[in-house]
Amino acid sequence: MRLQGKSVFGGIAMGKLAVYEKKERTVKREKREDADAEMQRFYEAKEEAKRQLGVLYEKALKEVGEANAAIFDVHQMMLDDQDYEESIEHIIREQKVNAEYAVAQTGDNFSEIFAAMDDDYMRMRAADVKDISDRVIAVLQGGKDKGFAGGEPVILLAEDLAPSETVQLDKEKVLSFVTKFGSTNSHTAILARTMNIPALIGIDFPKDCEGAFGIVDGFEGALYIDPDEETIALYEKKKQKEEERRALLQELKGKENVTKDGTRVELFANIGSVADVGAALQNDAGGIGLFRSEFLYIGAEDYPSEEQQFQAYRTVAQNMAGKKVVIRTLDIGADKKADYFGLDPEENPALGFRAIRICLQRPQILKTQLRAIFRAACYGNISVMYPMITSLREVERIKEIVEEVKEELLKDGLPFGEVEQGIMIETPAAVFMSAELAKEVDFFSIGTNDLTQYLLACDRQNPNLADVCDPYHPAVLRAIEMTVKNAHAGGAWVGICGELGGDVRMTETFLRMGVDELSVSPPRILEVRDAIRRIDLKG
Amino acid sequence: MKEFCYTITDPEGIHARPAGLLVKAAAAHPCRVTLKGNGKEVDAKRIMGVMSMGVKQGQELTVVCDGEGEAQACADLEAFLKENL
Repeated sequence: MRLQGKSVFGGIAMGKLAVYEKKERTVKREKREDADAEMQRFYEAKEEAKRQLGVLYEKALKEVGEANAAIFDVHQMMLDDQDYEESIEHIIREQKVNAEYAVAQTGDNFSEIFAAMDDDYMRMRAADVKDISDRVIAVLQGGKDKGFAGGEPVILLAEDLAPSETVQLDKEKVLSFVTKFGSTNSHTAILARTMNIPALIGIDFPKDCEGAFGIVDGFEGALYIDPDEETIALYEKKKQKEEERRALLQELKGKENVTKDGTRVELFANIGSVADVGAALQNDAGGIGLFRSEFLYIGAEDYPSEEQQFQAYRTVAQNMAGKKVVIRTLDIGADKKADYFGLDPEENPALGFRAIRICLQRPQILKTQLRAIFRAACYGNISVMYPMITSLREVERIKEIVEEVKEELLKDGLPFGEVEQGIMIETPAAVFMSAELAKEVDFFSIGTNDLTQYLLACDRQNPNLADVCDPYHPAVLRAIEMTVKNAHAGGAWVGICGELGGDVRMTETFLRMGVDELSVSPPRILEVRDAIRRIDLKG
Repeated sequence: MKEFCYTITDPEGIHARPAGLLVKAAAAHPCRVTLKGNGKEVDAKRIMGVMSMGVKQGQELTVVCDGEGEAQACADLEAFLKENL
């Protein structure tokens, strides 16, 4: 049986399925005459619960960063909430009952208030209230910390998992987790991604699959229950490849991108959506060197709003926690387009109305995007870069628009942050103008795919031209060298974000040229790091 | 008694993390701090209440500080809201 859901994090897991049932704590209502003694039991249990949350906070802080750990801090505050405590005290004193019952009752009441709200985010708080109440009850009942009793490692299936449950997952015992509910942006999903466990959501698994053999394909978002031999063989192979990659990762994670002679280079990730941040972090990216913003436009019915964009950029900035995130403004044209742009068909789309050319003719599109980018910059380290630049005049016009955007934000009373400005070098014109352009911007990012196509005058989509469209052509390499030299002379840093940047056969050449940063697709990062660490520029 | 109004600009409204920070900011002052908004009135020093207001982006929040150091509390909380919400 193959069930299709949504992937929260990639990876392959194979093993026995185990259905996690929340231990519905059976709380009995018992008469207790000594209310003070019950209150004392509650206070002690609360302190212990807070201590446990403090430990979880520290654990999450180390594993997934402050922004994601904050939920445990909020849980501690919820336990200290006076309304919560008063309700418990009221029940204990008025009804003369045990503390367990009073906590369970209060937890239910509060979570109902949140569950009734017409807001997804607030409805999630209902789970938080239940979670903290369960924790106190567990302490009162003298039970151990909730955990997953382990035997052999399993694929864990659950209706939903609370943040505290995910962070407590014993990674040795859990191969993957699969839930029926939850969203790709829930705390659980974010924690799972950063904790490197393949995970799926939206899987409506049958109740009776406990103990069956299963395969989780975190790349396709699928769960197989009792798969046939052929499927198993296929996934054995996939899994082995994945394991080899992870072994390399284990070895190289946390190591510096430094050559034998001590030359350092930044190694960033190219991403095409918010969900790719997980892969970037998992592969130890030092930042995001190219965040393609097209995903917001393509497949949409209409132009994405400032808020939609702001949310996406902010999420990425926050998850990268202070590491550089370079957002490329709209790079759309007649070959990859969205209907609502109303673009006419073109004879030569690659040479046509695209990218910054559209933005400068229709500045409102660029302004909306820039507003979102500048506002999101309050939440992290954001840079912006503009594609398809051919002239100084374009850069000057962009800078005017940037100033207008900042003034408008000031007038609207919206906070915004500092944003580094850069341009893509992907046209021969930009290469030849790089000395002048470098003085106008903070950085260059060389897009080798388009640069190759434009320098060699060959359509990279045309399969007959595969031999001609040679990114190793000396003309391409000389163009890169010239760009790097001019960038540094003009005080700009320079990176490479095209496919060539991730080609380990070229790494040494680029380092010799003095390239400051390489931005590659997440799965290539560690291979490139490996290549960098083997290079000796003085040798 | 001193009060001021503030319109929430954060797209997620007062969600869990900023609610926690707001409660901490309010608790740092000795005076009573009351929040009014979305048809509800809550004690700003109690996180469940603050979260259950469900105040969203674009909605107006009235902050009332009453008692010792109310002027300082108003100034600090206004600065906090501008910074975080």
